[in-house]
Amino acid sequence: MKKVYVNEDWCLACHLCEYYCAAANSGAENMIKAFSGGKKPIPRIKVEEGSAINFAVQCRHCDEPACVKGCITGALSVKDGVISCDESRCVGCYTCVLSCPYGCIVISDESKVIQKCDLCIKNNNGDPACVKGCPNGAIVLEER
Amino acid sequence: MNRYVIIGNSAAAIGAIQGIRSADTEGSITVITDEPYHTYSRPLISYWLEGKVADENMYYRDKNFYTDNNVEVLYSRRAEKIGKSHVTLDGGEKLPFDKLLAATGSKPFVPPMKGLDKVKNSFTFMTWDSVKAIKKKVKKHTKVLIVGAGLIGLKAAEALYHLDADITVVDLADRILPSILDEDAGRIMQKHIESKGTKFILGTSVEEFSEKSAKLTNGDSVDFDLLIVAVGVRPNTELISQAGGKVDKGIITDDTQLTTLKNVYAAGDCTVSHDCSSDTDRILALLPNAFMQGEVAGKNMAGVEAHYVNAIPMNAIGFYGLHIITAGSYDGEAFTEQDAEKEVYKKLVFKDGLLKGYILMGDVARAGIYTSMIKERIPLADVDVELLKTRPQMMMFGRARRLEKLGGITQE
Repeated sequence: MKKVYVNEDWCLACHLCEYYCAAANSGAENMIKAFSGGKKPIPRIKVEEGSAINFAVQCRHCDEPACVKGCITGALSVKDGVISCDESRCVGCYTCVLSCPYGCIVISDESKVIQKCDLCIKNNNGDPACVKGCPNGAIVLEER
Repeated sequence: MNRYVIIGNSAAAIGAIQGIRSADTEGSITVITDEPYHTYSRPLISYWLEGKVADENMYYRDKNFYTDNNVEVLYSRRAEKIGKSHVTLDGGEKLPFDKLLAATGSKPFVPPMKGLDKVKNSFTFMTWDSVKAIKKKVKKHTKVLIVGAGLIGLKAAEALYHLDADITVVDLADRILPSILDEDAGRIMQKHIESKGTKFILGTSVEEFSEKSAKLTNGDSVDFDLLIVAVGVRPNTELISQAGGKVDKGIITDDTQLTTLKNVYAAGDCTVSHDCSSDTDRILALLPNAFMQGEVAGKNMAGVEAHYVNAIPMNAIGFYGLHIITAGSYDGEAFTEQDAEKEVYKKLVFKDGLLKGYILMGDVARAGIYTSMIKERIPLADVDVELLKTRPQMMMFGRARRLEKLGGITQE
């Protein structure tokens, strides 16, 4: 299965992937609307900045996903290798936050339920927004 | 064709069904449950009681789960006895098996307490039926006494707080949530819950009940309309022990979840697990643990070798809006940071060159990175400990380990 990978030598820590991700999953038509009116949609990808190296991290869509196995409600599930969350069934217990070894489950400021990367299959984005938006080609979608 | 029988219908049973079906799509699977419900999530009962989760969202797997997995469910039936190759059901019917799983869970422990039989509105907090019964009795300002300031008692308190009940919690221990929090974190949580109007009487137990009042050992008495006893749970081990299987604090299994009985497996809250953070055997009554043990059991039952290792105690839970994530054991050298005003607390426990346990309260983001440090026993020598102390982050790992974990392109 194709997954998103980040080349940490090419990541500029520009955080554009975070903005593209947040906007793509906000339901808004475009970036301006996504962030207008005090709204602050949160990204499901996270850029970590170091002194010499930067990289973005997002869901690894693990073959043995600790988040899905641990989910107390059944909100998290795997379909065709993609792990996604039915947010209507999430109660915000954060057992997945406790379980994810990569720290890739994020907590919504507004609803307090969790959000995670689903490779943009649920929005109308086509290819993942982070991959399309990365200006330096550091984020790729590929089979490994 | 293998005949699989599963006693129980909660997380461990579902894990087993998924485990079996990952390896064997042909064999017959029969589930025996003493409840009348499609598999539901037990930890959701408090959310249901407070009205946050509707009936249709109580279910742990979707409606088609049993048909999709070709599972026959015997509802409202009890397994009475385990034989060598069959289970005897209530009524005497015998159900043959080739492989059996005991996923029998646990039951509320109600210690002998003087006068308890006089209390008409006395409940435990374990099943959907128990909260359905409670809901019928609770109105605004109903006086509720909860005995037990542990996870179950306080989840019950939280739900009843949302129903505007007047709540008092009594516990023999002098602090709340002692199984997962240390004293400092417990104090912050206690203050938080008290600020919402729930009262605690700690270091005290009930001396004697009358129908609507409890006389406490400190001399006080508490009037109540409704009593919830939440002092602990006990594993359901009787079927296995009566069949001659080894039982200690819970059912003993090997790391394939096989009991000491031939062809009989066990998983979930009824079993003893090996906690790799403290290197001790203990019951880890946690939903993720139950599911994963069940899945391992299922695979082995279907002939695919699997092992359940790296289990640790771990909890993600919130009370009255304040979240905590904890994992591992707290025996070791501690690094703590707290801001009691902001209700933020962090404790990291180090021992033998490893991260052994942690408590995060308030800010729980990315806690799983710490969990993985404990479970994978990653030496502190291999990570940037200053970064680790700051917050959970992938940056703390060395480049090689990080690239391995994240599958990045190596430049070597």
